[in-house]
Amino acid sequence: MRWFWIDRYTEFVSAQHATAIKNVSLAEDHLHDHFAGAPLMPASLIIEGIAQAGGILLGQATGFERQVVLAKVAKARFYFEARPGDTLTYRVDAQDIRDDGAIISGTSRVDDRLQGEVELVFAQLGSKGEQTGMFERETLLNWLRMIRLFEVGVNTDGTRIVEPALR
Amino acid sequence: MASQEEIFSKVQTALVDALGVDEEEVTPTATLVGDLGAESIDFLDIVFRLEKAFDIKIPRGELFPEDILTNAQYVQGGKVTPAGLEQIKQRMPFADLTKFSANPNVQDFGNMLTVQDMVRYVESKLAKK
Repeated sequence: MRWFWIDRYTEFVSAQHATAIKNVSLAEDHLHDHFAGAPLMPASLIIEGIAQAGGILLGQATGFERQVVLAKVAKARFYFEARPGDTLTYRVDAQDIRDDGAIISGTSRVDDRLQGEVELVFAQLGSKGEQTGMFERETLLNWLRMIRLFEVGVNTDGTRIVEPALR
Repeated sequence: MASQEEIFSKVQTALVDALGVDEEEVTPTATLVGDLGAESIDFLDIVFRLEKAFDIKIPRGELFPEDILTNAQYVQGGKVTPAGLEQIKQRMPFADLTKFSANPNVQDFGNMLTVQDMVRYVESKLAKK
């Protein structure tokens, strides 16, 4: 299983908010175990997707210089099950970005229906500029390209977000 | 200015939301770590909720002086030195340090803060606004 729980960003405003989509597909192996004959997208993986969308929002806000870790799911509420064929639209809003962490609120929608709501607490580890062990920088950049961050991402003044330099 | 009951009620809501505890558990004498099960990451969440509820800014280290507790100058053999205790007193005038001072094990520090300390802290912040 590949640990990519959003397919692409559709909107990304630095340090403020972002939207991303996740297409639920019957081709995903795990849906056949959850559950056999009744495939449902696990809510835990919806939280993971929202956390990926929000964690990158936080990481980008601090120049990808720190390690961003999902520290706590403060709240999670789901209203109905997501099934194969559904397109989940995640919206994440940065409530507060501090030096040591951030609070991100997120929602999941299927069409116009609110499917879930979460509140996430992230911690930022390591000091600025320190080589962090979680991702190779190139791996991170590749991931960000695949989910089209640099195609839709803008700064608050409307200018394009540019790819950070490889060091 | 908000009354003490109003402050307590908002602090209570913040702790219920951050720690997933019942309202009845959040009594003035309950300790955040021991009684309410707060872990270190919860303090970030609590700080965020208090800031929002009271429209105040809580600088890092003000509610939990981790920089003092990890400073070799103020900690010896796992205990906070008299100079360290003085630092904590100045930083956290809202906290009742009597019990902790008697046996100032760094490990026990987190278990000292009570809900009432939080209320006093918020009161002192609001008074300065």
